Amino acid sequence: MQSTMDTRQAKFEYLLRQGDNALILSQQLSQLCGKGPALEEDMALTNVALDLLGQTRMWLTYAGELEGQGRDEDRLAYLRDVRAFRNCLLLEQPNGDYAQVMVRQFLFDTWHYFLMRGLLTSSDPRIAEIAEKSIKEVTYHLRRSADLVVRLGDGSELSHAKMQAAVDELWTYAGEMFLYDEADQAMVAQGVAPAPEAMRAAFLQHVADVFEEATLRMPSPDAYMQRGGKQGLHGERLGYILAEMQFLQRAYPGAEW
Amino acid sequence: MEMPTVAVEQVWAWLAEVPDPEIPVISVVDLGIVRDVSIDEDTGECVVTITPTYSGCPAMQVIAEDVDAALRAKGLTRVRIASRLSPAWTTDWMSAAGKAALSGYGIAPPRQQVIDISALSKGHSATGSATFSRHAIQQPQVDCPHCGSRHTRLTSQFGSTPCKALYQCLDCREPFDYFKCH
Repeated sequence: MQSTMDTRQAKFEYLLRQGDNALILSQQLSQLCGKGPALEEDMALTNVALDLLGQTRMWLTYAGELEGQGRDEDRLAYLRDVRAFRNCLLLEQPNGDYAQVMVRQFLFDTWHYFLMRGLLTSSDPRIAEIAEKSIKEVTYHLRRSADLVVRLGDGSELSHAKMQAAVDELWTYAGEMFLYDEADQAMVAQGVAPAPEAMRAAFLQHVADVFEEATLRMPSPDAYMQRGGKQGLHGERLGYILAEMQFLQRAYPGAEW
Repeated sequence: MEMPTVAVEQVWAWLAEVPDPEIPVISVVDLGIVRDVSIDEDTGECVVTITPTYSGCPAMQVIAEDVDAALRAKGLTRVRIASRLSPAWTTDWMSAAGKAALSGYGIAPPRQQVIDISALSKGHSATGSATFSRHAIQQPQVDCPHCGSRHTRLTSQFGSTPCKALYQCLDCREPFDYFKCH
């Protein structure tokens, strides 16, 4: 990334990252509509997807306005290609089995919760407002995903094994959120975003607490962490997610309903 | 053209007749989502400021259209619906009449607010060591809207709309919606 990144560009990047995290996870959860392992879970998945989609709209609308190129939330969501997406790699990991769905959700929810708490006192009032609106929903999400991690981790032999496998598989994606690049650092310097150290400590503490209750082994926080999503370097899977999500606007440009 | 003069109070009274599209026994005013009504003295434009319940609630667009249509039906020609995010909507803003109407409709009304935003932001900046515990949030006492029993259990944290959870009464055995506190 160039060192000449100006403040507006950095904030645009930062807003896209928040919006894309919520958007990609929302899309993945939406794909599970009608496929949940129980009716209650099916409703929960789609309700969480809906909350995240609402949050996406707030982030991307702001991003588009800040950019000033006439791109609204829809153009940003439906007309960017893979390399222009800024979500963390965690969110594009496949739905897989339900253990993978819930571990991905739990890791995201925990980070999301502490990030929204930090953003409540952002120096950018509009970001603080979005955080204020989001945190109530995020708190509810985290409570549910933490509950389920405990129930499934400390459940049957089979559910425990599946949860541990999911934790081991996804752990390498649980660090990218705290690896701050130039854009993130610029936001911290201006008081827009919280610094990563305290957030990471809070994240690790909560994950450790819940995993202990769930009888799950927590991998090392110092393990190698995959990175690149925030800079637009994604895995193959994101292309397939976008192919489905963007199909209508690609096939019928400008379609409205 | 002469602008019809209308009092802000009159507009509030009209809005109190606009039902929530999902739960028609409660008005948008009782729900607490109408945050402000103002009328520009020069132009006569009536601005109604609403706030979303849940950020992804699909009813918000319908509510904005319903409010606009209701005021135009009363003869207002210049109406604008504005949106405001902060302070974030809470079920504490639901009126007592609204809660009673919900109960009569078979939906248990929200109990108490779960999340204190100001405490969260203070706690974070002052100590720098934020924590979360799933045990810290207590399950509210939810009474059965059908038989009044206090003997109920949560069956699903999410329900048919973002604002509701599913409960069951352990006495009359009826399942029912609970309007989550938010």
